[in-house]
Amino acid sequence: MEGFDFSTMGIFFALLGAVLAALMGGIGSAIGVGMTGQAAAGVVTEDPSKFGKVLILQLLPGTQGIYGLLIGFVTLTQIGVLGGNPDMSLAKGLLYLAACLPMAIVGMVSAKWQAKASVASISLVAKKPDQFGKSMIFPAMVETYAVLALLISILAITSIGGLPV
Amino acid sequence: MSDDYIYAVARVRSKELSLLSRQDIDQLMACRGFDECLRVLSDKGWGGAEGSSAEAVLAQEEEKTWAFIRELTEDLTPFSVLLYPIDYNNLKAAIKCVVTDAPPQDVFLSGGSIDPQAMMRCVRENDFSSLPPAMAGAADEAYHTLLQTGDGQLCDVLLDRACLSGVLQCGKESGNELLSQYAELKVAAANIKTAVRACRTGKTKAFIDEALAPCGSLDASSLAAAACKSVEDIYGYLSSTPYSGAAEKLKESYSAFEKWCDDQVMDLIKEQKRNPFTIGPLFAYVLARQNEVSTVRIILSGKLNELDDGMIRERLRDMYV
Repeated sequence: MEGFDFSTMGIFFALLGAVLAALMGGIGSAIGVGMTGQAAAGVVTEDPSKFGKVLILQLLPGTQGIYGLLIGFVTLTQIGVLGGNPDMSLAKGLLYLAACLPMAIVGMVSAKWQAKASVASISLVAKKPDQFGKSMIFPAMVETYAVLALLISILAITSIGGLPV
Repeated sequence: MSDDYIYAVARVRSKELSLLSRQDIDQLMACRGFDECLRVLSDKGWGGAEGSSAEAVLAQEEEKTWAFIRELTEDLTPFSVLLYPIDYNNLKAAIKCVVTDAPPQDVFLSGGSIDPQAMMRCVRENDFSSLPPAMAGAADEAYHTLLQTGDGQLCDVLLDRACLSGVLQCGKESGNELLSQYAELKVAAANIKTAVRACRTGKTKAFIDEALAPCGSLDASSLAAAACKSVEDIYGYLSSTPYSGAAEKLKESYSAFEKWCDDQVMDLIKEQKRNPFTIGPLFAYVLARQNEVSTVRIILSGKLNELDDGMIRERLRDMYV
């Protein structure tokens, strides 16, 4: 497009990063919580007394959506969309996009795999309710990587503002 | 889609808690008599109304299993591997009843995928078009063979072979490894049984060739050739196949071989206890329940006939849980 100034696209890419973090984390969590919800409903159909235990396991893959929302919110605040000056260079916009990607990608993938671990743990609780504590640990291990992605995304997003680009 | 069975598998996991364990079987074995066994089973929730006969209790348990599976999945196509033998048994009964003009009383098994009365109509009208194509072809051939030759055994052989081919094909088409392996095992075990019986009763090679169903893990023609010679030749052939254990058990006794077949199925499905997805755990649950019913039947008939505990125990199958 003749006359189009790409250097003004910084805010677009920054916003794209915020949206992707919330979107992909949310999609992953929705799929994950849906899967675990089916398993939890199956167990509760046969034994309603296990509702409390399976509910916790169902919710575990839901955290990625929350982390995505957090990254999206922090990014929107940093780039001035929620108030402040939204002008930024293209390089800075791309940096914000890159900073959001760990949470977006790891969030979506880890939510699905955590859901699989949670479904397996729900089966474990169905057969051995006394092993509930151990059954929580297996899907919680997957959470580690979502938390690491969250950390790196937050560190990157909050540091980009001070960079001379 | 493997994820389609998440809810169903979770329910199956909860249901597995009520399967009979080895301790439950020991408790049944420790009962002093047949009536006490029935009381223990009733305490465990088996049967329905008080005072039901043993056969009624076992039939109710079979029906409960299928009612549960029908609740979990509308599509019972993958379970055809288990339903075909019932359907073909009912088809045999229907053909024989029509040809011999005998009333169809207490000859049909319940739980098949095709209504036995519909089969009776098909045979009476000599129109098998409403049956599945493979079954219709076999039914037509078996019906006319029985009419022309009056040979009931040949009619059985034709239908049994069609049943085994159907089971094998259904297993392959399911796309599920467990179903495929189960179908292969069932067909191979049926071929071995047929070969041994045919050998002992001195059947001709043509008859044996007709009776054996082709399968991947056993070469039907080699097995038929061995069956024409001697039982030792069958053992010799089996020792070079994955069924060498079957040969050892056949040397012991026929009941040891039948127990070996059932135990092989249990070994096959035990992995499903760790599978939270796919149809495998549902299929394993049905087989576990059938194994449970057949084990309880062995105990009950042993107790009823006051057999020695040792004799009953050597026939008891491995349990799923």
